[in-house]
Amino acid sequence: MSRLLKKFWGRVRQLSGDDAYERYLQHYMAHHDLKAEGEVEAPLTKEAFFKEWQDKKWTGIKRCC
Amino acid sequence: MQIKLINKIIWVLIALIGAVAVCGIALNRGETINALWFITAALCVYAIAYRFYSAWLATKVLLVDETRATPAERLDNGRDFIPTNKWIVFGHHFAAIAGPGPLVGPTLAAQFGYLPGTLWILFGAVLGGCVQDMVTLFFSVRRNGRSLGQMARDEIGPVGGTAALIGTFAIMIILIAVLGLVVVNAMKHSPWATSTVAATIPIAMMVGFYMRHIRPGEVLEASVLGVVLLLLAVMSGGWIDHHPMLRVFFDHEGLTLAWWVIAYGFAAAIMPVWLLLAPRDYLSTFMKLGTILLLTVAIFTLHPQIKMPALTQFIDGTGPIFGGKLFPFVFITIACGAISGFHALISSGTTPKLLSNERDIRMIGYGGMLLESFVAIMALIAATVLDPGVFFAINSPAGVVGKEAAEAVSLITSWGFPVTVEQMKTLASNMGEASLFARTGGAPSLAVGMASIFGSLFGKGLLAMWYHFAIMFEAIFILTTLDAGTRVGRFMLQDMLGNIWPKMAQTSWWPSVLISSALVVAGWGYFLYIGVIDPNGGVNILWPLFGIANQMLAAIALCVATSILVKSGRLNFAWVTGLPLLWLVVVTSTAAWEKIASSDIRVGFFAAANDMAAKLAAGTLMPEKATVAPQLIFNQHLDAWLTMFFVAVLWVVVLDMLWGVLQFYLGKAVLSSSEVAYQKSCID
Repeated sequence: MSRLLKKFWGRVRQLSGDDAYERYLQHYMAHHDLKAEGEVEAPLTKEAFFKEWQDKKWTGIKRCC
Repeated sequence: MQIKLINKIIWVLIALIGAVAVCGIALNRGETINALWFITAALCVYAIAYRFYSAWLATKVLLVDETRATPAERLDNGRDFIPTNKWIVFGHHFAAIAGPGPLVGPTLAAQFGYLPGTLWILFGAVLGGCVQDMVTLFFSVRRNGRSLGQMARDEIGPVGGTAALIGTFAIMIILIAVLGLVVVNAMKHSPWATSTVAATIPIAMMVGFYMRHIRPGEVLEASVLGVVLLLLAVMSGGWIDHHPMLRVFFDHEGLTLAWWVIAYGFAAAIMPVWLLLAPRDYLSTFMKLGTILLLTVAIFTLHPQIKMPALTQFIDGTGPIFGGKLFPFVFITIACGAISGFHALISSGTTPKLLSNERDIRMIGYGGMLLESFVAIMALIAATVLDPGVFFAINSPAGVVGKEAAEAVSLITSWGFPVTVEQMKTLASNMGEASLFARTGGAPSLAVGMASIFGSLFGKGLLAMWYHFAIMFEAIFILTTLDAGTRVGRFMLQDMLGNIWPKMAQTSWWPSVLISSALVVAGWGYFLYIGVIDPNGGVNILWPLFGIANQMLAAIALCVATSILVKSGRLNFAWVTGLPLLWLVVVTSTAAWEKIASSDIRVGFFAAANDMAAKLAAGTLMPEKATVAPQLIFNQHLDAWLTMFFVAVLWVVVLDMLWGVLQFYLGKAVLSSSEVAYQKSCID
């Protein structure tokens, strides 16, 4: 039961974009090898990421009739 | 073997129950019919269509390939291209396609009785709307998530592409105007509704500020805060309504409110998204999903009786809400509940960039539209549980039934839908309104229907609260569409103007932002203004115009799909999109023809203009009507030309598509498919 609730809560968070930053960090870690040589950009801060995410979200047609 | 047999028996049973329910609805001639019949019919039709037709579309027509990598996988950048769980994508997709259209359209179409609307919502969706959404999504996924306009250009040619672009822009303008009109009519002389709707603006801003600066990215926290504030706003609206001083601030004529809506639209288009648009959208999504869920639960538990007859005498075209015969106007009026061209823009927008596997296309494209169709069925139920007399008293414009209450009720009663002044007065006072006569646009009657359903479930004492909750719920996502649409219109216009003067295309250059926003707002503001001063309510003109534009866009999407099917050697399956396309072309062209050429002044634009001009010249118009007559006459002419333009665009695209198909069969060179080459998926 509690596992189900947890899963449901996870879905709600994902659907609303509440965990967007966590997912971004995960994606970042998976795709950038921080220990590798050469310059690697640091991940965005939560605030900066959210700004970009929100602005991007509203550039196309997002709502219907 | 045994499981297979049981499976078969179950599906045969579902088919039988569905058939019985559909026949029951169609053949019932009793006084009332229970809403359960509608729900049963809908669920069975959806189940069968989804299980068999959509599965067949996926495997045999589209050849969905589970091993093929989607754009989300190939182009994964953690931002717009992200492989996402199918339920999450479904949620996003549904939240994007479900707007006020399926609530308003079925309500207006109920003037023909419950049957035509129900049948078209069910069968139009499973054979037309769902197919359109699904194939557009599929073709966009195969083309890196390209938009409908780009696909039209790539597959049909530059003419098709341009037509799609212009069509989208035009539909946006008409849509916003008609939605603005719906909100204005709901707020007219209602301090409670007006103050509640006004309160949603500062509430959205507070939520936006919270999300951006106080606790960045805490979307759910901020949304909960916003929803609580919205509910408080509904309650305090009642208090304002009873306050002799405060209520004056929010008690306005339609025209004043229209100017406020126009000013608001302009402000919203130039304000940063995080301050108003984004937070308003969160609130409206939560409200929308919550209220639809609540309505479903209420209808399931209460299963109210439908009081509207199956067919009314207004199928002959004399209806008070809008003029025009059953064919083609029921199809134009229902619009988004059965098939919506707008959905093709979403299906070729964000959604294809999120799909992690092609197999999800069926559930998201086809299933998402099924759910939207179900919302339309519930809106139809909420409109038809009202006494028909009450329904017509709320929705008939004063220009048709007369300004005086006694005059209106005697006319409506003479149609065979008894209603009394006393009854309307009691209803209005129960709902916390001064009057419910001539509240056109569908929102108030839907709110009365919802309030009476919720009231029977949760107690009659809160009727006024439920009514205004429903109004707030409708207004908040109408205003979200208004904000978002104005913004999109602005971007499109900037893009178009950029072709003439490149600097205009810079989306952050202030003069360009201001000029293009002002132009877009002026565009829909004009139609809103005319709609408000029109004594016939405006909805009867604007909604059909919107319906025609929306169905035109759907036809363009189906043209693109048909063209792709044929060019990829699937002519034998081209009827899947070809038949709905043919139907839409017939419906849209007939409706447009009648709107232009009909001699009935309630249908034909030119006829209405000539009639009014003659009366004006003869001096037989009432003085208040005579002052606005020149504007109304001009507007009728404009609407006629606009309709001709829509239908011309439609025919250009259809002919362009047919020409390409013909060329293909003659073995001549055609635009090659823009499908991206196969790449194997690596996700499990």
